[in-house]
Amino acid sequence: MENISGQDFIYGMSAVGAGLALIAGVGPGIGQGIAAGHAAAAVGRNPGAKSDITSTMLLGQAVAETTGLYGFVVAIILMFVKPFK
Amino acid sequence: MGSGIISSFQNLPVAMEADFMIQYLQEIKINGVSVYITTTHVALLIVSLFIIILAVIANRVIAKADPDATPGTFQNIVDLVVEMLGNMVDGLMGTNAKRFVNYISSIFIFILISNISGLFGLRPPTADYGVTLPLALFTFCIIHYCGIKKNKTKHFTNLFQPVALLFPINVISEVATPLSLSVRLFGNIMSGTVLMGLVYGMFPIFAKLGIPAVMHIYFDIFSGCIQAYVFCMLTMVYVNDKIAD
Repeated sequence: MENISGQDFIYGMSAVGAGLALIAGVGPGIGQGIAAGHAAAAVGRNPGAKSDITSTMLLGQAVAETTGLYGFVVAIILMFVKPFK
Repeated sequence: MGSGIISSFQNLPVAMEADFMIQYLQEIKINGVSVYITTTHVALLIVSLFIIILAVIANRVIAKADPDATPGTFQNIVDLVVEMLGNMVDGLMGTNAKRFVNYISSIFIFILISNISGLFGLRPPTADYGVTLPLALFTFCIIHYCGIKKNKTKHFTNLFQPVALLFPINVISEVATPLSLSVRLFGNIMSGTVLMGLVYGMFPIFAKLGIPAVMHIYFDIFSGCIQAYVFCMLTMVYVNDKIAD
């Protein structure tokens, strides 16, 4: 292991970085869960507005998901595009 | 030794068989610059042809429809889809719905069929950033065209509201709109494609019997429909934001 080249070190660190980038998935998970929980409570209070509540919930969840996807895109770039050569 | 580890690492069956990246089928040299015909082009062509054929058939069926007769299955489906899309646009844009229903409907159907095409063995075209960025740039152009048409110069002076100090942040938020729209669609479909590719590439043969079917339902059908809906809804929200009275 004493003669690992700089290139190999970069590949290994890229994989570690990709794993770290996916920590970004924690926040959207919590946020989407909160949104879904409140939507369920809202449907329980007012079942007549179910379709409106569902579409609003999906829109909010999709917006909340974006930050997690930034992390995912960074991970994909690190793993497969290999920007650091 | 180090490079040996890496190269053997890259030759693992996992890395070899997991097939989810864009691949080129044909290389064309134009003035010495390589242009590649990729799987995205082929999938886009198939999806576009499918939509065009569907649209032509639907047009014929609706044009020939007898108002007194019972509508057939296909005519019913076309009615349902058109009505659903009309309601979707109408519910959000209200009086402006007529101007945008055609664009939103076409973009919805295009994204939906693109996302679902993963189910039919194509690599979904929307899992290529080169497809989702133009879609988001169309939205960007429409937003600012409508904004300038409606508010004239106020569209630009609004960037200095509420204080002139916030100008850079307002500009960044305007630029971030197409970026977040395109990355959202790309990331969702790409994550599905990557996971499906890993499942097909990694799992032993007996595990490929039932599990991919469930994952296809979630990643291709459920996620695909949601993302097509979300893209159109956000486009409408952004545009409506600019043209609302």
